[in-house]
Amino acid sequence: MANTLNILLAGFGGQGILFAGKTIAYSGLLDGKELSWLPSYGPEMRGGTCNCSVVLSDESIGSPLVTTPDVLIAMNRPSLEKFVDKVVPGGTILVDSSMIDIKVERTDVNVYYVDATKIADENNMHSCAIIILVGKMFKELGFCSKEALDGAIQKVIPAKKAAMLELNQKALEIGQNA
Amino acid sequence: MAEKVLMKGNEALAEAAIQCGCKHYFGYPITPQTEVAAYMSKRLPKEGGVFLQAESEIAAVNMVLGATSAGVRAMTSSSSPGISLKSEDVSYIGGSDLPALIINVQRGGPGLGGIQPSQSDYWQATKALGHGDFQLFVLAPSTIQEMVDFVSLAYEVGEKYRVPAMILSDGMLGQMMEPVEFPQKKDEPVADKPWATNGHKNQRKKNIINSLYIQPEELEDLIKERYQRYEKIKEEEQRAEEFMTEDADVVVVAFGASSRVSRSAVMQARAEGIKAGLIRPITLWPFPDKTIEKNVDHTKQFLCVEMNMGQMVDDVRLVVSGRKPVSFFGRTGGVIPTPAEVLAEIKKLAGKEN
Repeated sequence: MANTLNILLAGFGGQGILFAGKTIAYSGLLDGKELSWLPSYGPEMRGGTCNCSVVLSDESIGSPLVTTPDVLIAMNRPSLEKFVDKVVPGGTILVDSSMIDIKVERTDVNVYYVDATKIADENNMHSCAIIILVGKMFKELGFCSKEALDGAIQKVIPAKKAAMLELNQKALEIGQNA
Repeated sequence: MAEKVLMKGNEALAEAAIQCGCKHYFGYPITPQTEVAAYMSKRLPKEGGVFLQAESEIAAVNMVLGATSAGVRAMTSSSSPGISLKSEDVSYIGGSDLPALIINVQRGGPGLGGIQPSQSDYWQATKALGHGDFQLFVLAPSTIQEMVDFVSLAYEVGEKYRVPAMILSDGMLGQMMEPVEFPQKKDEPVADKPWATNGHKNQRKKNIINSLYIQPEELEDLIKERYQRYEKIKEEEQRAEEFMTEDADVVVVAFGASSRVSRSAVMQARAEGIKAGLIRPITLWPFPDKTIEKNVDHTKQFLCVEMNMGQMVDDVRLVVSGRKPVSFFGRTGGVIPTPAEVLAEIKKLAGKEN
């Protein structure tokens, strides 16, 4: 199962966790991969913790629930603390360091700290912090083709919200340069 | 080939029903099923259909009884506690020899239970969804594609034999997204429905839909006739998928969401040199006893994996009849087992054997 990437995105409800997961999922679809997208659901969505499992693979996917991620995107401290030890050795953790004031102590994982929320605020793109991290994840892992990533962001944003599309495209770009 | 799209299981299932000609949906919201009703409310009016949020689950299923009596494809959906409410009239539908599609997106029980995925309504779906001698045709999808494909199958089999059909899904399949493809040709209702109460126009005898028979002999005859149809369904409509069972020492039996977890575990076990395999029942009633039977002789043992305290394991044991050990592993209450947990169980069993 070497060609399977288990991704876990976690943070508060409202940070675009599910949206970012959908963006990654669509990039897999456009690359012709097998994929699954599984949200946490229920009362925890309302301002509480929220997470989303995305699996990209070359073969059909067994469990869509990611319990030992290859990649963790952590958007708040409780999420990082909850999942940091679950990441597989050699895995990747992307940390929104505007929201999280602690460092990862593990030495067997690759950690990238991005001041995503702060950068998003400075660029007037409040809800796009996580998309900056998706851009960073693309830069570091190349989990999909560039065309698929660009196509995915257009797929997940409805045509009538053209302004949002532009912001998210910019966020992806910032992430790829971070 | 049609384009693959990404959809939530609940929404894909609803779209599939519309494409199968279901123009009558009656429901009531409940997590984790609500997207079925929400999707229907958006789409059905545009398709010239009827979406109605009833005052209760009981009212909704009664509306299905009425609509299907008139010969149209109708549907209701709910999640575990709501299905219990519907049970009285599912029995009436069965007792009136009517086809109908009932969706259960299972959550934890009993009582209000929880809202996370579960498979603890297996007994209810396959043994007694309501009072009396009757069965439903029960399908257990394990992918979003199957959530789509099984809708037409459920209608077709239900109409052919005049039995209600259930798709037994769960919160995981309902909420998750996967690429899915819709068949390009729209299904037309296959079976003639000479029994339908759709207006006799003074050209035929009037049809009566009823489940009340005061004379015991008359009721017994009717039930016996119905059971002949059940026998035919058992003979012709069993479905199951086998994965690496040919040489398996440990055959895992799992359906729906837990079959996906089990498949991952079986692949890991194989990678570690353990001969594991998987039987995935697709029809839960009729239970695929032929597929189990086929594997009894060559395998050393069976392991049933479910998201409940052990329900389908009874049906596996009935087929195996003590010839080989049948053990059980499950998580319940809304907890999804991990592949690692199932793998550990397989290893434990394989160790016992070696």
